[in-house]
Amino acid sequence: MVLSGAEIVIRCLQEEKVEYVFGYPGGAVLFLYDALFQQDQVRHVLVRHEQAAVHAADGFARSTEKVGVALVTSGPGATNAVTGIATAFCDSIPMVIISGQVPTAAIGQDAFQEVDTVGITRPCVKHNFLVKDVRDIALTMKKAFYLARTGRPGPVLVDIPKDVTMQRCEFEYPKEISMRSYNPVVKGHSGQIKKAVQLLLEAKRPMIYTGGGVVLANAAEQITRLTRLLGYPITNTLMGLGGYPFGDRQYLGMPGMHGTFEANMAMHYSDVLLAVGARFDDRVIGNPAHFAEEPRKIIHIDIDPSSISKRVKVDVPIVGDVREVLEEMIRQLEAGEVRPNPDALAAWWKQVEEWRSRRCMAYKNSDEIIKPQFVIQKLWEVTGGEAIVTSDVGQHQMWAAQYYGFDKPRRWLNSGGLGTMGVGLPYAMGAKLANPDMQVACVTGEASIQMNIQELSTCRQFRLPIKICNLNNRYLGMVRQWQELFHGGRYSESYMDSLPDFAKLAESYGHVGIRVDRPADVEGALREAFTTYKNELVFLDFQIDATENVYPMVQGGKGLTEMILSAEDL
Amino acid sequence: MRHVISLLIENESGALSRVSGLFSARGYNIESLTVAPTEDLSMSRMTIVTTGSDDIIEQITKQLNKLVEVVKVVDISEAAHIERELMLVKVRATGKDREEIKRTADIFRAHIIDVTDASYVVELTGNQGKLDAFIGAIDPALILETVRSGVCGVGRGDRVLKV
Repeated sequence: MVLSGAEIVIRCLQEEKVEYVFGYPGGAVLFLYDALFQQDQVRHVLVRHEQAAVHAADGFARSTEKVGVALVTSGPGATNAVTGIATAFCDSIPMVIISGQVPTAAIGQDAFQEVDTVGITRPCVKHNFLVKDVRDIALTMKKAFYLARTGRPGPVLVDIPKDVTMQRCEFEYPKEISMRSYNPVVKGHSGQIKKAVQLLLEAKRPMIYTGGGVVLANAAEQITRLTRLLGYPITNTLMGLGGYPFGDRQYLGMPGMHGTFEANMAMHYSDVLLAVGARFDDRVIGNPAHFAEEPRKIIHIDIDPSSISKRVKVDVPIVGDVREVLEEMIRQLEAGEVRPNPDALAAWWKQVEEWRSRRCMAYKNSDEIIKPQFVIQKLWEVTGGEAIVTSDVGQHQMWAAQYYGFDKPRRWLNSGGLGTMGVGLPYAMGAKLANPDMQVACVTGEASIQMNIQELSTCRQFRLPIKICNLNNRYLGMVRQWQELFHGGRYSESYMDSLPDFAKLAESYGHVGIRVDRPADVEGALREAFTTYKNELVFLDFQIDATENVYPMVQGGKGLTEMILSAEDL
Repeated sequence: MRHVISLLIENESGALSRVSGLFSARGYNIESLTVAPTEDLSMSRMTIVTTGSDDIIEQITKQLNKLVEVVKVVDISEAAHIERELMLVKVRATGKDREEIKRTADIFRAHIIDVTDASYVVELTGNQGKLDAFIGAIDPALILETVRSGVCGVGRGDRVLKV
């Protein structure tokens, strides 16, 4: 069948079973939008800013296991998308971004709305393509989806000049794809797995540390089985929350800068550390030199060899798909006779429980002023712990991660690697479209929400009943916290002046707005939002304690054992 | 430590900038980089001379392997290998200097490939040390231009980098 380039692109999306494309039209993509208009299989979500298009597609991908798709025009359309692309790249989210480009003859002529999109995005994509011939579109799209979802996932950008979308050629979507330069490993090395199992069984102070890789590989079930089989303590990083059920006794909470005392101490003093789909990030292990001071054997399972021995030396590296490797470990454990040493394990658990008894997550609640931790706990109660929770970046992100107990993967969407303010609302949009029957809450702050607040309009157009929980403290809270602790209380530009009345603002977009000032009203307002206004977007503007800080805390550059547990430690 | 990394990469536009961008983004050194298509025109071979600790070199090879267009990566300096670099030097050659440069070129087994009344172009192939020695042997005031290709390398004997 002979089709235009634009029709071919849309046909490729259909072949890939793409349900939603998030985008914004413009000159260079007019033919693509025309082709989109003439079919109804792929639905388009018109955002109000290209950054939000990419974030929403990213949120769609995070909350499912599908590839998120965004469509933007050339020049400013592409540059606006860059933050979204980099955000997805840092968290290894499978995405395909299609950008329009000026006609091939105009490339390099400083044409209207021309930028070197492939050049600009090169460092923040898994791969990108400039399609110069209509006959290459189908194969390129096939490659893009294949690259995005296999190996260590990531965003792939396809830049298509306008004339290429007009030209016509025969369309056939390739069924198979193979690339001699790209062959991601799936199965782990069996000898290494054997070594790892043996090391784990010999451990006296074992610890399991899992990250976003477990979520991305859909390996929550496997890590849970393995952890229970061994009876060892486990921690999930910010990106890995929900990988292991929050309420379980073996779960020690999140590690790292704002992790729990017990998780950090157990990480540090373990003699065998099993790292799964995690990358020893600076926000997780703090100072690597301090971390290396304590002798321990490290087993590291990761799909990406370059993540292994990057920040800490690893003793047993296993490259492979996390789920496959965990399955094999479970098989070997179950087939073998050896079981963990019960005495050593009991002694270790005694120590861990002692650390846990410090109750580092306790906070002082108040009848007078709303504490942010209290809001999150109530949100958890009201939603039965079953909501998809998105967040922006800052204090509210940490409180949400700390106090909303995630029992399942793909329920917690946040920008862990890049730390992009403004992702929360578009993530919630993508998640709601992908999971229409689930409750979706966006935990945000008055600063972050304003970075993509225009999307309230998109939410109205597409009737997305998201519940926005704005923890409004009139400050760039995390900046203020660091300034209070490390910059002599000089609050340089960290306050938020001239704030809108968020409830009224939401109403002006056609949503429901509720302002909450007193702790006694928190639960009622949440219940109202999730029941009375079940089918509406509700903007809950919680006026919270402006001076509340996130604890526990490991100061930047310090070691995991050098924690500040509360303001009294200062 | 100095390392010589050889790699095969798909011969596509932008492939070179992916490699050079990787080095600049991650703060790795490039001492020299050469690239040209192989006998299979769909593929280019690149030789990168870099310096770094063992950890850094390990990361460099891993990061290069991660690039989608890179087919194979080998640190050829890990074992016996041969390095060669081509140099073209244009020198002022008048009076008694003409003879002296010719003699020096002969000693280094270089060729004079362009001759005018006032200048020579000397072509010299060898490892970096030999090329440096030739430059050192010539009066700096006589050198008009120096063009070096950067290092090409290949493993000795059975070690073959091929798809």
